[in-house]
Amino acid sequence: MSEHFDAIVVGAGPSGNACAYTMAKAGMNVLQIDRGEYPGSKNVQGAILYSDALERIIPDFRDSAPLERHVSELRFWMLSETSNTSASHRNDGFEDGKPDRYTILRAPFDKWFSKKVREAGAVLITETTVVDLVKNDKGKVIGVLTDREGGPIYADVVVLAEGVNGVVGQRAKLRPELKPQHVALAVKETHFFPEEVIRERFNLQGEDDGVVIEVLGSVTSGMVGTAFLYTNKESISIGVGCLLADFAKTKIPPYELLDRFKRHPAVVPLLRGGEMKEYVAHLIPEGGYDAIPNLTGDGWVIVGDAGQFVNAVHREGSNLAMTTGRLAGECLAELKAQGLAPTNDNLKLFRDRLGESFVMKDMKKYRKVPHLLEKNRQLFATYPRAINQVMQAYFRVDGMDKRSKEGIALRNVAKARGGWWSVATDLVKVARAWR
Amino acid sequence: MSDKQDAAEGGRMEERLYQNRYQVDEGRPHVKIHPQAEDSPELQALMAICPAGCYRPTENGRVEVVADGCMECGSCRIVCQETGEIEWAYPRGGYGILFKFG
Repeated sequence: MSEHFDAIVVGAGPSGNACAYTMAKAGMNVLQIDRGEYPGSKNVQGAILYSDALERIIPDFRDSAPLERHVSELRFWMLSETSNTSASHRNDGFEDGKPDRYTILRAPFDKWFSKKVREAGAVLITETTVVDLVKNDKGKVIGVLTDREGGPIYADVVVLAEGVNGVVGQRAKLRPELKPQHVALAVKETHFFPEEVIRERFNLQGEDDGVVIEVLGSVTSGMVGTAFLYTNKESISIGVGCLLADFAKTKIPPYELLDRFKRHPAVVPLLRGGEMKEYVAHLIPEGGYDAIPNLTGDGWVIVGDAGQFVNAVHREGSNLAMTTGRLAGECLAELKAQGLAPTNDNLKLFRDRLGESFVMKDMKKYRKVPHLLEKNRQLFATYPRAINQVMQAYFRVDGMDKRSKEGIALRNVAKARGGWWSVATDLVKVARAWR
Repeated sequence: MSDKQDAAEGGRMEERLYQNRYQVDEGRPHVKIHPQAEDSPELQALMAICPAGCYRPTENGRVEVVADGCMECGSCRIVCQETGEIEWAYPRGGYGILFKFG
């Protein structure tokens, strides 16, 4: 292939598709390259789709996208080994016909998104792995090398939307190698059920209503991490993820952690009788703001997970991926229209626009959280256990008066952390990181 | 216990991976070990934490990798980046794990 493109996009996940779509719609000559048999076949997520980010790209996506269930209820569980204290938020305001989030399965969803990208005019080649970038003698990126025959493919700009474990950026020394404390390793299974079983088990009213459950506590065996359980149309996605550094230290097999979660008394009745049809593993960027690499250079831009764009506190990722992809696409199209080359200087446009967006503002807001969690594992183990103990003691009717119970409960919380001073310090630390 | 309950409560790795779709690139493994005098603690940890169970002990106590069931997560690449024991690349286009649901 000797053709020269305006832009090459490496990867066909949410960020790559958002970027390629935006550029193609603006009339650019775009080539997108993906390793998979079809776009989506190499991609993994929980998965939650946030409407707002996609609406800004494809306003009528609800008419054709393969959506599983719209999330009408969020549940938060804090588990100890045998008990569960939970909170939930149900919002029928989502019911205005435009729910703000959906569960999706990434393989069919990415396939759909990719079709939209091609309809917009981009050229897609699949089953092709980009192995390196091509630079000119001034270090400017001018194209890519793939594992196909035919030599390099050239473009004015290469967009790296290669995901968290993308190796092209590292190989070309555009971004540093990931650190084990900056990524979570997550494993997930997809269990299938008849639709009505899911509706009954999760108290779902409308046909397409869905629930997502986010889980903290004993389920991560003291490691920094969370578990989740999402309802799809005819399946349940159940998974657990912890910092890779913590897995390496504890040597707990991730699938054993998942099996333990599946055996928890709060989970067993939800999963009974299902048929497990896929087991997957994937990394999640968790390093936060300080782990974001340089995002631009002469002839290149990084978007999505490859740029560490995940808001771990709010479990947001796909929306950050789509937004960074869209903004990069818009900026590259504007530069092109003005006859400006995609140099690092000119790409300040993208860096500035990203800085003004919710993406960078949120990343910055929670800048201190990764460090806080890494240094304060008690937040994941001690407190969920203590809270469950308090609940159990407080609600047990056993002849003891309530005031005595309150005293014991409070003392137990302090005891779990070795005194009130530690509890107070933890509160201050969390409040500071949150601000 | 029925088969279905087995599946719900977890089983052996082979059964777990049996559900997945792979296009194995025969004879061209994308993950290789460059053995050093001794296996590093990081490499040894992979026998426990590789989510696909690709790392196993050999009869003489060294670590070997059989990457046919690899889900391409990259954990081993990152855990062992300092030790230089692992050579990691993505499979050729179209090969490797092919997620049905993702």
